[in-house]
Amino acid sequence: MEHLQFEFKGSANRKGCQKTTLVGVVSSGNLEVMLENSELQGLCRINVSTSSQGFGEIWQAVLNDFAARYDLSNLQISINDGGATPAVVCLRLDQALENYLEASS
Amino acid sequence: MAIKKWDTQAENRRDRLQRAASICTDRIVPAERMTALLEELIEPGDRVCLEGNNQKQADFLARCLAQVDPQRIFDLHMVQSVIALPAHIELFERGIANKVDFSFSGPMGARMAQLVAAGKIQIGAIHTYLELFGRYFIDLTPKVSLIVAHSADRQGNLYTGPNTEDTPTIVEATAFKSGIVVAQVNQIVDQLPRVDIPADWVDYITEAPNPHTLEPLFTRDPAQLSEIQILMAMMVIKGIYAEYSVNRLNHGVGFNAAAIELLLPTYAESLGLKGKICRHWMLNPHPTLIPAIEAGFVESVYSPGSELGMEDYVSARPDVFFNGSDGSQRSNRAFSHAAGHYATDLFIGSTLQMDLQGNSSTVTLDRITGFGGAPNLGADARGRRHASSTWLKAGREAQSGLSAAPRGRKLVVQIMETYREHMQPTFVERLDAWEMMENTGMDLPPIMVYGDDISHVVTEEGIANLLLCRTEEERSEAIRGVAGYTPVGLGRSHRAVENLRDRGIIRRPEDLGVDHRLATRDLLAARSIRELVHWSGGLYQPPKRFRNW
Repeated sequence: MEHLQFEFKGSANRKGCQKTTLVGVVSSGNLEVMLENSELQGLCRINVSTSSQGFGEIWQAVLNDFAARYDLSNLQISINDGGATPAVVCLRLDQALENYLEASS
Repeated sequence: MAIKKWDTQAENRRDRLQRAASICTDRIVPAERMTALLEELIEPGDRVCLEGNNQKQADFLARCLAQVDPQRIFDLHMVQSVIALPAHIELFERGIANKVDFSFSGPMGARMAQLVAAGKIQIGAIHTYLELFGRYFIDLTPKVSLIVAHSADRQGNLYTGPNTEDTPTIVEATAFKSGIVVAQVNQIVDQLPRVDIPADWVDYITEAPNPHTLEPLFTRDPAQLSEIQILMAMMVIKGIYAEYSVNRLNHGVGFNAAAIELLLPTYAESLGLKGKICRHWMLNPHPTLIPAIEAGFVESVYSPGSELGMEDYVSARPDVFFNGSDGSQRSNRAFSHAAGHYATDLFIGSTLQMDLQGNSSTVTLDRITGFGGAPNLGADARGRRHASSTWLKAGREAQSGLSAAPRGRKLVVQIMETYREHMQPTFVERLDAWEMMENTGMDLPPIMVYGDDISHVVTEEGIANLLLCRTEEERSEAIRGVAGYTPVGLGRSHRAVENLRDRGIIRRPEDLGVDHRLATRDLLAARSIRELVHWSGGLYQPPKRFRNW
C-alpha cells in the first residue's frame, strides 16, 4: 500500500453540501472515491491509498488536470485504489464530482 | 540427348502411394496405423501443411506426425496457419521439422521464442492468412497436407460443417499439384449432409479417436465489459460509424469490439442509426452480435469460420448468414479475408502497442505471436476500384489540399485504452517489435498494422483522425493527444493539441456530444452470456466454460 497526498489551491469557493459522496468500489482495477466538504482555507486536499507502488508522477498528472478542470476548494477527497488505470480514475473522479455538485445545488 | 520428364512430381506421388500400400490398401485408414502410414507417405525435407487455425485443429494428425521416427522423417518444412498445439512444438523439439512458415502462434508464442533462440526453429516468415494461402499456390505448395473435417462418407467425400475455414484452400493447393491429402474426421457415415470437399481430392481418411479440437475464440462475456470500453464504443458509434455512414465492416476480436456490438440496439438505436450503419459484415459469428441481429441492424454476415455454440442460431437465420442446402453454415477463410480486404469500408481492432507513427504491434519481447488476418483487414486496399460514400468521404479527408487523382480510403481504426492491465502503456516511443527483429534476425520488425494505413485512433481520451494530418509531426502530436497519461501522452504540447482539437483532428467525448455519464453497463443490450442466450430465443448454446448459471 502506498499513501500519497496532493493539495491544490482553488480560486472559486464553491459551496459543497455537508453530505459526503462516495462512488466506485475497491476491487482489482477499480477504485473508491469519497468527497467531503471541509474547511481547508480554500484548498482541495486529495489523499490516495493505492495498491500499486511507484506511480506518484502519474497520480500528480491526473490530479493536476482534474483540479484544473473543476477549480475546487474546501474539498477533501479520499481515494482507495485497487490498481485502476488512469482512464478509470478520471471517470470515477468525474462521476464523484458530478454527484457531489448535484447534491450541493 | 536425354528427354526431359515433365511428370516427376506425379511419379513421386505414385511411389509414395505404393509404399503406403504396405501399411494400408484402403483409403480409409485405421487410426492406429496413421503414424506408420505417414512414415511411408512423407519424405525428409518435405513441405508439409498441418491444418489448424484458431478454431478447428487437425489435432489427431498433428499427434501422429509428432510420433514418427525422426531417423526416417526429418527436416520437414512446416507450412501452417497457426502454431497452437503442444504437438506442433514437439515436431521441432524432436527434430522432425526444422523450418516453419506461418501466420499466428498465440498460445505457443513464448515457447516459439525459446525454440528460435535455441536454433531449433527457423522461421521462414510470419504472414497474414491470405498471404500464406497465396504462397501455397506459388512457392510454398505443400507436398503432403494433413487436414480436418467433421465427417466423411465411404467414397471419401468430406463434410466440414460450419467450420469450413482453411480446408478448401489447403486441399486445392495440394491435390492439384501432385500432393497427398490426408484427412481426419470425427465420424465416417453413409450419407453426408452436404459435400464440402469432393472425394477425388482426398487420398486417405481416418476416423480420429476423439472429435477434433474446436476453440470458442470469438466469444466475449459481456459481464466483463468495462465502462471505459462502453465510453470508447459510444465515441466510435457517434464519431465514426454515424459520421461516415459505415455499412460494410469487419470487427477484430476483443472486448472493445464486443462493446460496440452490444451498443447497437441501445445507444445507436437512440441516435436513430438503425438501417443507416452496420448492415453488412465480414465477421465470425460473434455471440455479442446476436442482439444487433435480432434488433434488425444486421442484414448479412459472411464468416471466415464459425463459433462454438452458435451453430443452431446461425442455421435459424439463413437470411443473415451463408448456409448450405443442408441448413448449416459454410465458412471460408480465404474468401472471407478477400471480402474483408476489398469489400468492406472499415476495420476496427485493438493492439498491445502503438508508436508515434501509428505503427502497431502485438509482439512483446518474450513472445512471437504473429498476425492472423489483421494486416489484410487493417489495411487500405490499394487495388480497390469501386466507390462507396464512406470510402469517398475518407478519401476526400486524406487528399484535401493535395493534388492527386481522386481515390477513396478505407477506414482503419485502432481502439484501445491508453494503459493495459498492470499499468503497461499502450503508447510507446519504440515498439518491442524492433527488439524482436534484432534478437531473431528477422528481415522486418513484425508490425501488425502500419501507421500509414490507420485512419483513426480511439482511446478513452477521444478520437484522433489521422486522415486530416498533413505532416509527420502533426500525426505524432495527434497520437500524443489521445495517449493519456502514458509517457508518450505526457510528452504532448498542450498548445499543439488544442490547435488539433480546433481543427477537428482530435475530438474529445464532449466535442462529439458523447455524455460520459451514460457510459455505464446499463447501456449494454446484454450484460451477461445468459442475456445473449435470451436474445437468441435459446438458440445460442454457449460452451460450458461460459455458463455460470
